[in-house]
Amino acid sequence: MSVPAPGAIDCDIHPALPGMQALVPYLDEYWRAHILMRGLERDNYTASAFPPNAPINCRPDWKPAKGSAGTDLELLRAQALDGFGTRYAICNVLHGAPAVFSEDLSAAMCRAINDWLAAEWLSKDDRLRASIVVPMHSPELAAKEIERMAADPRFVQVLVWEMGELPLGRRIHWPIYRAAERLDLPIGIHAGSSYRHPPTNLGWPSYYLEDYVSWSTGFAGVLNSLITEGVFVEFPRLKVVLMESGVTWLPGWMWRADKTWRGVRAEVPWLEKSPAAYAREHVRLTVQPFDAPPRADQLQRIIEEIGSDEMLLFSTDYPHWHFDDKDALPDGLPEHLLRKLLVDNALKTFPRLSP
Amino acid sequence: MNVAVIDRQPDISSQTKLGIVDCDIHPYTKSPADLDQFLSERWRKMRASIGGRSRSPFANAPNYPRMSPFTGMRMDSYPKDGTHPGSDLGMMQEQLLDLFNVSYGLMMPLLGRGADERNVEFGAAMATAANEWEAQVWCDREPRLKAGVQIPLEYTEAAIKEIEKRAGDRRFTHVMIPPRGLEPLGRRRYWPILEACAANGFSIALHLGGTSGHPSTGGGWPSFYHEEHPSYPQSKEALVTSLVIEGVFEHIPNLRVALVEGGFAWLPSLTWRLDKHYKRLREEVPHLKRLPSEYIRSNIWVTTQPIEEPERPEDLLATCEWIGWDRIMFSTDYPHWDQDDPRYAFKAPLTEQQKRMVFRENALAFYGLE
Amino acid sequence: MARHVVAPASEIAPGKSKIVDVAGRSIGVFNVNGEFFALINRCPHEGAPLCIGFVLGRFTADRPGEYRLERHGEMLRCPWHGWEFDIKTGQSWCHPESVKARTYQVEVVPGEALAKGPFVAETVPVSVEQNYVVVEL
Ligand code: FES
Repeated sequence: MSVPAPGAIDCDIHPALPGMQALVPYLDEYWRAHILMRGLERDNYTASAFPPNAPINCRPDWKPAKGSAGTDLELLRAQALDGFGTRYAICNVLHGAPAVFSEDLSAAMCRAINDWLAAEWLSKDDRLRASIVVPMHSPELAAKEIERMAADPRFVQVLVWEMGELPLGRRIHWPIYRAAERLDLPIGIHAGSSYRHPPTNLGWPSYYLEDYVSWSTGFAGVLNSLITEGVFVEFPRLKVVLMESGVTWLPGWMWRADKTWRGVRAEVPWLEKSPAAYAREHVRLTVQPFDAPPRADQLQRIIEEIGSDEMLLFSTDYPHWHFDDKDALPDGLPEHLLRKLLVDNALKTFPRLSP
Repeated sequence: MNVAVIDRQPDISSQTKLGIVDCDIHPYTKSPADLDQFLSERWRKMRASIGGRSRSPFANAPNYPRMSPFTGMRMDSYPKDGTHPGSDLGMMQEQLLDLFNVSYGLMMPLLGRGADERNVEFGAAMATAANEWEAQVWCDREPRLKAGVQIPLEYTEAAIKEIEKRAGDRRFTHVMIPPRGLEPLGRRRYWPILEACAANGFSIALHLGGTSGHPSTGGGWPSFYHEEHPSYPQSKEALVTSLVIEGVFEHIPNLRVALVEGGFAWLPSLTWRLDKHYKRLREEVPHLKRLPSEYIRSNIWVTTQPIEEPERPEDLLATCEWIGWDRIMFSTDYPHWDQDDPRYAFKAPLTEQQKRMVFRENALAFYGLE
Repeated sequence: MARHVVAPASEIAPGKSKIVDVAGRSIGVFNVNGEFFALINRCPHEGAPLCIGFVLGRFTADRPGEYRLERHGEMLRCPWHGWEFDIKTGQSWCHPESVKARTYQVEVVPGEALAKGPFVAETVPVSVEQNYVVVEL
């Protein structure tokens, strides 16, 4: 179904970097010279987790005449913002910068992306908000970048990929969470991988379709890690937002994680509650692509199993192609959930959206 | 979690009277030397000297220490002579086969480690030895136990030879593959082995395990068993995705697959997700002629353990219905710590018909028993 | 409701336990630092013989990585799936309000008092010099 009334908060849209060239003006003097010397501005460092022309990543009627989907501000305004009557939309740039192996080069590119985003997108439309892109494999530099960008209230979240070098719960990442919690920034964990490891524990699949399907299993691993390591015990105000991998896998994950916890919790005695309880309190999920069951009664049951109407957030995942026309909302969601999902849950999750 | 105080006596309930089929039992050796009688001199020496070498850091221990001794056995399963749980037939009969009136028990031995041995010739010898040991030490003494053919997964010729050798031997009902091999099981390099299974009338039982060398999550190695144990379902999801999307069931339509020790509540959502994204990316996989859900429905079965325990017990019944009651087979995983008791595993009541299917008939049909 | 003599108190030393059959029930009697407690020998989860499990302390942590062991000898870990139970209350660690192992009243009674009855002491010979563990059910 379509969005019933204007004013929704879209928690996942993807403006795209047209190319590294666009970053050159936003690099500091040192890194500009460095990058030009190596000719890196000619290689786009597009994230291989999101081939821009794969049908799932680019809805045909959302593709500009020139360039990749998501590169055209006017089109994005008309389609993603006006099109759904959106009050705020959170921009998540899925560029390869965070996957660059050198921590320093990666950090320089992330800084440039954040500044580019502020100048060329956020400043041109009041409805746009954004996530801070960070080099997750360099917690110190990532925390520094969070501090720097947090001065701009339009940045409302930190953006990381679900699959990087180390499971996201590992203590080495905690400086990032400490900064984010203090600055009222949720951690937005987006589908995708920097491919330090195969996306499945069986190894490397052949097809992109398999990778894409594996994003949800990656999220199960992310939750196991964040909860087990005690991230939410250490940072009780921290929220994480899982983006672009559906929601119907959640009940099965909860049942299984809780089952393990009942017998194995002595290994990680800081957990005072079951994994599902931590998830309901700290984890949010954007709804597109919605992995809907075929029948309405099945969806109804799954919503009940999730057991909280605060976890789901509206998203279009613009310009990725998961639905046609204006049908950004899955059919069959209960009325009380819809209202919260479209606006209230986002306002609670992102304190920086409320002035 | 609802109140679950059991102050009732163990009822010899109807699933037990049925004569159940247990789709996951782990026999162990009393000592690793038990396999020596089935090894040639060369490999006996190898076993005793360098020993097995997998793709993991510890020679004789799993990556993630378990929460009870003997790498996580239920603590009332230690034989009196101090040997390994699961190594004593009398005890297995008393605690499992006789107690629950088991008609057939499908063995999934986790020893020999032939499947993921890096020295593939040694792996082939160990697989053969483990198969002889299963047949002679277990099946011949207890005909209710059925053996799984172990194979060296990365040594195709030897694997096929072993499958062909066991074909027609009624003691062997399935080929057992630990799915964490070097690559996802659906990749073409494994097709000749999968073809041989189907051609020789074997179902394949994909019991979790294997040492692929790849981390248990796409984001790296977890720290705790508390993360590793709930990562098994993700391994199964990757497995189903691989088998279906790589086109295995299009290529070998009569291949029948049982997923062992991954629970099953993850399957409906995976099915919906596969169908949804397939529709968008089908041009990439033109070898598929049907929806992913259709291949799953026709070629894949699940076993129950470790059974999921929803907050509302009846939710599990809905999950079973979505998968199809005819695709679900009961398993205990004896003698592991996370094994299930057939009397109490399901916390919501099954109908008599559902019990018959899950505890007995589905597995009889799947493994071609009786 | 009857009171069953299950053992001389001296037979179950602190930190030890004894599994006894009382009126057709298997029951574990535990001596926790000199105090006696009794639990049903069936786990509320899947029915394992709960009372043969390890007796442990309570593993806790104030924050991740800061481990603490407290209340030595007061917790019982199920021999199957490892759920932990408070021996004194039967409460499970994971769901203390809703999942409990059944507990029974226990007292230590001098032999003289037993002579007066009413007690059931089928299997334990009673003498006046000793104290006895008595379980009520
Ligand atoms: S039977 Fe005791 S924890 Fe499962």
